[in-house]
Amino acid sequence: MSDTSDTASTGTTADEIESAPRRDFLLISTTTLGLAGVGMAAWPFIYSINPAKDVLALSSTEVDLSAIEEGQAITVMWRGKPVFIRHRTEDDIASAASVDLSELRDPETDKERVKKPKWLIAIGICTHLGCIPSGQKLGDKKGDFGGWFCPCHGSHYDTSGRIRKGPAPFNLPVPEHAFTDETSILIG
Amino acid sequence: MKRIQTNNRILMWIDERLPIFSYAEENLASYPTPKNLNYWWNYGSLAGIVLAIMIVTGIFLAMNYQPHADVAFQSVERIVRDVNYGWLLRNLHSNGASMFFIVVYIHMFRGLYFGSYKAPRELLWMVGITIYVLMMATAFMGYVLPWGQMSFWGATVITNLFTAIPVIGEYIVIWVWGGFSVDAPTINRFFVWHYLLPMILFMVVVIHLWALHVNKSSNPLGIEVKSSADMIPFHPFYTIKDMYGLGIFMIVYMYFVFFAPDFFGEPDNYIPANPMVTPPHIVPEWYFLPFYAILRAIPDKLGGVAAMGMAIVILYVLPWLDTSKVRVATYRPIYKQLFWIFVVNIILLGWLGQKPAEGTYLIMSRLSTAYYFIFFLILPLVGKFEKTKQLPVSIFEEVAKKHRAKEDK
Repeated sequence: MSDTSDTASTGTTADEIESAPRRDFLLISTTTLGLAGVGMAAWPFIYSINPAKDVLALSSTEVDLSAIEEGQAITVMWRGKPVFIRHRTEDDIASAASVDLSELRDPETDKERVKKPKWLIAIGICTHLGCIPSGQKLGDKKGDFGGWFCPCHGSHYDTSGRIRKGPAPFNLPVPEHAFTDETSILIG
Repeated sequence: MKRIQTNNRILMWIDERLPIFSYAEENLASYPTPKNLNYWWNYGSLAGIVLAIMIVTGIFLAMNYQPHADVAFQSVERIVRDVNYGWLLRNLHSNGASMFFIVVYIHMFRGLYFGSYKAPRELLWMVGITIYVLMMATAFMGYVLPWGQMSFWGATVITNLFTAIPVIGEYIVIWVWGGFSVDAPTINRFFVWHYLLPMILFMVVVIHLWALHVNKSSNPLGIEVKSSADMIPFHPFYTIKDMYGLGIFMIVYMYFVFFAPDFFGEPDNYIPANPMVTPPHIVPEWYFLPFYAILRAIPDKLGGVAAMGMAIVILYVLPWLDTSKVRVATYRPIYKQLFWIFVVNIILLGWLGQKPAEGTYLIMSRLSTAYYFIFFLILPLVGKFEKTKQLPVSIFEEVAKKHRAKEDK
């Protein structure tokens, strides 16, 4: 500064040298605290676009199975996705159980995939690119293994919803579900 | 522009092609600022920060808001009750509007007291008034969106102002509504405007800053910067001062957000909009009250609307109404008194705006309205006849004098 006297300016220089680490400390701690504050303030914004409470409240679906005859299948909506529920025949169950695990791309036994052998519950979205496989209605193409066939890129699923042939990498996922009594289930 | 020099080759590579670092250095760091700015100069940056908060909270609210007359009210309640931290976003946004106006009003009164609108900053001031007008439009339409009783009837009353226009008024209001009353098309388009206008407002803020950085900040002495001794770099001196002010402001803002989120609101707005019933007592949001008082003070429909419009338009010509060469009220004994009466008068108008327009209130409103305009209209005369005080020689000298006085103590 132009007006400071000699003593004052030397004083300032000495002060500056001595205060340099202190300034660094202040700068770094202030910046850290500031960034932490911004991060904490950002969290509610980021978290706000997660599913809201009313969406979560609708995240389980109850289904009455009593009207589904053997060999029939229905599709229910769960969390905005189709869920296949198939009342399997004895043949279906037998063919699903008899598969050798080494043949499977995504090895899983039929037992691991069902709660009761009669009922297969699986999310009806092809694990390849998200189309909905056919095979729910009686006249539908069911693929080479009697389960489902995805029309988009030709994935074949068996009566346990396992991938057997075609580009899909995984079995149809089984959603979390439980039997609330003999003929009704709660999905989710 | 002076280019930055650094050993970081990546920064240099970018800066040579797109000089963002040089630009930031010039406009945020070494930017020369008068060394005597007081805390009244905090409110500009504060307004910018509030605008940013409003835009960010608004974007996240819009992700859950439904601009349809049937579900708008419920969607806001859903945001508050079901959406994660939705209550926080909503309270930040609704109280942020009030905070924005508080900050901007102080910013404007600062300009008025310190003559910040005078040459060479007339355009800076006019761009600022444009920001203010955009703010009012945005705030009004935002208030309609929750679709409560106050939203609905506020929208009805304000849009009906257009009917005061002779001959075409009726057509204009139908055009604005997109129907024959405030209804589903209205809320839909208001939502679009409420989202769009802040983006335009943001661009006008950039122009405001552009104009500011041409002639730089005015200062509390109102005298021109004469040498580099009058200036200090913006960073760290004013960045730290602005941040300190921001901290204080945030305490106030967060008090309302967390402890009194409905302080500025009307309870009637928690009743869903009902086109069949008008609430017994309609008031606009507090920041419109002075203009509302002016509207009601005039016993003629067109006259009232015109007066209200003029009350804002007159701000645009203020730089030419005030003919005094001296900027700051401190050195203008008459203007200083007029200014403070003006401030009190605005507060009085605001108070009158929420009282019923009858009896004594009406008479007071008329007197207050008269003073509002008289203040501006006598400025040319004040500038001519006022005996101003001796101005200080330089900013540097004045700051040094203060400093010495402190040391002597």
